[in-house]
Parts: sequence; structure tokens; C-alpha cells
Amino acid sequence: MPYFTVLFTMTSFRKHLWGLIFSAFLFLPAIAGQPDTHVSNRPSNHQNEEKKSKKFDAGKMIMEHISDSHDWHLWGEGHDAVSIYLPVILYVKSKGFIFFMSSKFEHGHTAYMGFILNQENKIVWESSDNHEPVYDLSITKNVAAMLFAVFALLILAIGMASSYKKNAGKAPKGIHNLIEPLILFIRDDVTKPALGHKTDRFMPFLLSIFFFIFINNLFGLIPIFPGGANVTGNIAIAMVLATLIFLTVNLKAKKQYWKHIFLPDVPIWMYIIIIPIEILGVVLKPFVLMLRLFANITAGHIIILGFFSLIFIAEAIRPGVGYFASPFVVAFTIFMSLLELLVAFLQAYVFTLLSAIYIGMALEEEHH
Amino acid sequence: MQLVTPAIGLLFWMIVTFLLVLVILKKYAWNPILSSIREREKTIQDSLLLAEKTQADMIRFQGENESLLAEARKERDLMLKESREMRDKIIGDAKTLADEEAKKLINRAQDEIEKQKAAAIAELKREISVFSVQIAEKLMQQHLENNDAQKAIIEKQLSQLN
Repeated sequence: MPYFTVLFTMTSFRKHLWGLIFSAFLFLPAIAGQPDTHVSNRPSNHQNEEKKSKKFDAGKMIMEHISDSHDWHLWGEGHDAVSIYLPVILYVKSKGFIFFMSSKFEHGHTAYMGFILNQENKIVWESSDNHEPVYDLSITKNVAAMLFAVFALLILAIGMASSYKKNAGKAPKGIHNLIEPLILFIRDDVTKPALGHKTDRFMPFLLSIFFFIFINNLFGLIPIFPGGANVTGNIAIAMVLATLIFLTVNLKAKKQYWKHIFLPDVPIWMYIIIIPIEILGVVLKPFVLMLRLFANITAGHIIILGFFSLIFIAEAIRPGVGYFASPFVVAFTIFMSLLELLVAFLQAYVFTLLSAIYIGMALEEEHH
Repeated sequence: MQLVTPAIGLLFWMIVTFLLVLVILKKYAWNPILSSIREREKTIQDSLLLAEKTQADMIRFQGENESLLAEARKERDLMLKESREMRDKIIGDAKTLADEEAKKLINRAQDEIEKQKAAAIAELKREISVFSVQIAEKLMQQHLENNDAQKAIIEKQLSQLN
């Protein structure tokens, strides 16, 4: 719905664009500051208050969008909400594996088999007395979105490989023309400078990481199903990727790497400072990798959602103002989306680049 | 806090999915793609090297051709010169031969002429002597009337002849 209104208003109010941009700037503090107070501090219009029993809460909306959930929300609010329900898989020691659809919870209104969906969208025991741990292995929104993206990636990459086999020695065609430069870029400009002649050994791993992040980032930018989920902006995803880098670096590391940490080329008395720092660095490098990916992608989602919230915040201030704000909001969201397109590539690139550098540092042979 | 707390379910699925993707892509996508890219690069590299070599060969052949041509031209000039010389020599030889022959002929003719002349002179002498004998006969017949005179004349004539 908001999309259609937005499109409509965009054409009919184009004449007033500059005035709108100016007025929209006035709303900017609304999200920068506390949108809630702006909205809730206006109880003057009583009629309006009654009509909108549930006030628009930008923070809550954004948090719901960027965090994981057990159903894939499409549109609508409350009882009118249209969602795709996803399978719930639980493991409890006393009961074993439990499978059911998330529709059984009715958006957290009902308990099912003794479980309930709490405020944080987590599945917990209905009775607070039960302290047995519940392992939630559900196919959540992020898992489903990740599977869609991965499926697309598999089709793309395997299709590419088979077409390469079919017309070997010839130039690539179609979409492969787009992917091959990326592969070559990762190989020649990202991996080779860091890994040298060991490039080929790590190419499949680094390429998988790059394309996994990139395609999930791109899917995250698609506003409708099966995109829009904040997959790479989820700490768990970033954590697994960073852990893989951590394991690769430390398991493949050569003598020089460990010597650099425990016997650095500094005066002995400085070991007290240097060695803890080096050990910290071992953990910190992948940790920063994780944090960077998580923060960048989540921030992108927050910004775009925040701008869309502006329309509804403006509408809540005074009915109709939202219509005026929307063209500016849409224009800015388009700009931000383009920027996010760049970020989608950039973060995948940076993650791969730093991974290659860390692995390269670990594999460095003694030469000085 | 919820945002930075990794959910165990997502961790589990991510590990499973990513490792599967890694294995599948490595086997069915990256390795074939990378090897075919390498192959293509090698083909291109080889083709470029071949083209470079061919070009160098072409240049070399061109140079060789030119030198061959120059040599041929030189040879032609030499042959022309030689033939001209030969011609001149033949003509010269012929001339000298002809001159010699002519000289010989002239000499022979001169000798013949001399011989003929000598013969003619001898003949003439003989004829003259005959004539003179006849003349003397006639004269003597006339002078025989005068014996003394005759004798004087005969003796005079004889002394003159000797």
C-alpha cells in the first residue's frame, strides 16, 4: 500500500518538490531524535487518537524488520497481517525434536505444546517455572532468505560452470559476462596480492565467501519476498563467516606467524606488552570482520526503513503531511538504495580482501 | 541486545548451509570455472606469443626477401655488364681478326703484284732484248755494207749491254 501512495504522490506533487524537500528537512530530527515522543506528545486531536488505536512506532517497526522472526511478514498489521508461516523445529532433551508450523502461535497470542512466542520473538516455555533449555533450530525468516539466496547462487555458479564446459575456450556470454570479471577481480586484485602463488588453493573458499555475502546483501535490498531479510546483517551469519576465517588462519598458519606472536623482534622487556596485544589481535581481527559486516548491512537496512518511517511519522503529526513528505522520502530512499547497492558489493569485497590478507599473513614464510 | 545475540538456530543453519555451499560450489562451480578461465588465458597467451613470433618471422622474411631481391638485382647487373663486355670483346676480336686477315690479304696481293711486276719486268727485258736484237739485226743488215762501221757499232752495243 505505501508503495502505491508513494508512487501516486510522486507524480502529482512534483511541482512542489522543492518546497517538499525543504519541509521534509524539518522532519529529519524526527528520526534522528526520538520519534516516539513526537508522535505520542500530540494527544490534542482526540478523534484522530481514537481512530488510530495503535500508534506508529518507527523503532519497533525497524527492529522487527531487521531481526529474525518465525514468520515472513508480507504486509498488513495485527490481525490483518499477511505472513508466510515458517516451520518451527525445536529440540528439548525431555521431548526430543518437535516440528510444527509457526502459524500455531498466532503471532504470539496462543501457546502451543507448552511453548509460547515471547516479546522478543523467541520461543520459550509457557510456564516460567520450566527452566529446561529449548534449542530453537527453526527455519526462520533469515534461514529461509539465506536458502533462497544460496539457491540462486548455486544455480548461477553451476550453470556458469556447465556453460564454460560446453563452449570451452570461447568468451563468456550473458550474465556470466558479469560474474567472470568479479571472479577475476577476486582472484587477481584481491587474493593474488595477499597470497601470491598460493592463490589457487584458497580461491574456492574466498570466492564462496565473497559471493555468499554479495548475493545475500543483494537479496536483502529487494523489498519483497524472497528478499528483504537482514541476513548478512545478522550477527550469527557474520559470526560463522568470521569464525571460518579465524579457523583457516590459525589452522593453516606457518611457523613465522606464531613466531611473530610469541617471539616478536622487539626487546625482551616489551614482551609483556606486545604478546598480549598480539594474542588479542588474533581474536580481534575476525571479530572486527564480523562486526563490520553486521554493522554495515544492518545500518543500511535501518537507514532505508527509517526514511520510510518518516512518511508515517509526518502523517502522525498532522494527517496529510505524510503525502507531502513521501516524494522526498522516496527520492532519498532511491538514493540510499543505490548507495546500499554499492555497500553490498563493498562489504563483500572488504570481507574477502581482509580475509585474504589475514590468510596471507598467516602463510607467510620466513624470508628476513 | 537481541540484535547482537546470535541465535543458535541461525548459527546451526548457517554453518550447515555455508559448508554445503562451499563444498558444492568448489566441486561443481569454482574449480571448473577457474580451470576453464586458466585454460582460456593460456590459449590467449599462446595465441599472442604465436602472433608475435609470426610477426617477427614476417619481418625476417621480408628482410630476407629484400636482400634476395637486391642480390638478384646485383646479379642481373653483373650479367648485363658481363654480356656487354663479352659483346665488346667479341666485336673487338672480330675486328682485329678481320684487320689481320685484310692485312694478310693485302700483303699477299702486294707480293703477288711485286712478283707480277718482276715477271713483267723480266718479260719486258726479254722482249726488249729480243726487240733490240731484231733492231740490231735490222741495223746490222743496213750497216753490213760498211764493215768497219758495223764492227764498231756491234762492239759498242755489246759493251753497252754488258
